[in-house]
Amino acid sequence: MTGQFNNPALHSYLLRLADTSLTMGQRLAEWCGHGPYLEEDVALTNVSLDLIGHANIFYQLAAELHEHPITADDLAFLRDAHEYRNPIITELPKGDFAYTTLKQYFIDVFNVHLYQALSTSSYEPLALAAKKALMEVKYHRKRSEAWVERLSLSTEEAKTRSQKALFDLWFYTPELFETDAAMDELFVQGVIADYTEIKTIWHQQVEAHLQHCQLTLPESGWVATGGLQGEHSEHLGYMLAEMQFLQRAYPGCEW
Amino acid sequence: MVKTVTNHPGSSDSALTAARIYAILAAVKDPEIPVISIQDLGILQHVKLEADKVLVEIIPTYSGCPAMHAIQTDIKAALLQHGITAVEVKLVNSPIWTTDMISEEGKAAMLAYGIAPPLGPNERLIKCPQCKSQDTTLISEFGSTACKALYRCESCLEPFDYFKCHA
Repeated sequence: MTGQFNNPALHSYLLRLADTSLTMGQRLAEWCGHGPYLEEDVALTNVSLDLIGHANIFYQLAAELHEHPITADDLAFLRDAHEYRNPIITELPKGDFAYTTLKQYFIDVFNVHLYQALSTSSYEPLALAAKKALMEVKYHRKRSEAWVERLSLSTEEAKTRSQKALFDLWFYTPELFETDAAMDELFVQGVIADYTEIKTIWHQQVEAHLQHCQLTLPESGWVATGGLQGEHSEHLGYMLAEMQFLQRAYPGCEW
Repeated sequence: MVKTVTNHPGSSDSALTAARIYAILAAVKDPEIPVISIQDLGILQHVKLEADKVLVEIIPTYSGCPAMHAIQTDIKAALLQHGITAVEVKLVNSPIWTTDMISEEGKAAMLAYGIAPPLGPNERLIKCPQCKSQDTTLISEFGSTACKALYRCESCLEPFDYFKCHA
């Protein structure tokens, strides 16, 4: 089934997808009980559930490529920060609602185009997972896109917070489109998406929406990088310490 | 030796046992919408009679649906009550669930329960399940579960869940 593929490369790529969804989902879950109002609290955690569901599917696919028996939970709960492959943007603390919303919008647009492309992957299990996830992330995007507009075109405070979120987040977005040699190889094999193309579409659509929302892009700044190589911000360690505590303290615990 | 039986078992001998299993599983409801069976919701995909066990294949509605574990347990419990102990419930990723898989009976049960069923291809307006008014407003894209959105009826002012169209 997997013989024709460069397995370590595919495994590492599946971890990137899974880690990205899991860290996003975990941050959103932190909103539980803290949403701006009840309905939105429920929405944030429902999006979180979808993302953790996607992570679970990608971890399962990654686990199937292992030589030794390993489960999706092992991959999520027993790897340390330097083994995580998510881009740094997804591990950043949740911030205020404007910050969470804008970050979610950036990821949602990215996910829509990523899963669209992956749904034609030559690796059938990945294509199937992407097709399922695509239906859900399209809905996420509809919601976050409307919220970015609603916040940035409303009160002064909401507008100020949205603009600040954009300044804080913008230079974390280039990392979403980073590839490494292994991913380039997978692309040649038709297994993964064309990240250059996704980057072009993402910029067109996101920049048009931000302009419509009267938000200003920062002109220049440092650019975040390193997640793909396992080099993370300090925030991931704290997140994993909390998320993995139970499995680390009570190995194999189920409830 | 594996015999595959689809959602609509016929009357041949091999299907009789499968038909019995389907009849038992008709009592297994969605834990979050307890008026609709997993078969009417489209979650129950196949029953396979294998040499040593009954294999039941189910598909998830949404990727992160937390009810899947409860559904697996409920299937085993329902079959156990009828003395069927060798059961494997497998969560499969194919086919991909859509709201088109919900049966007409399922949609009717949903509506009677107070949840507006997903819109059909030629429908545009979400009707209030209580007073049938078409004057309704979206309150939140997500309701009490991932598969529903929250609406309010502007005529009778009742809030209600809408089972989102997912296809």
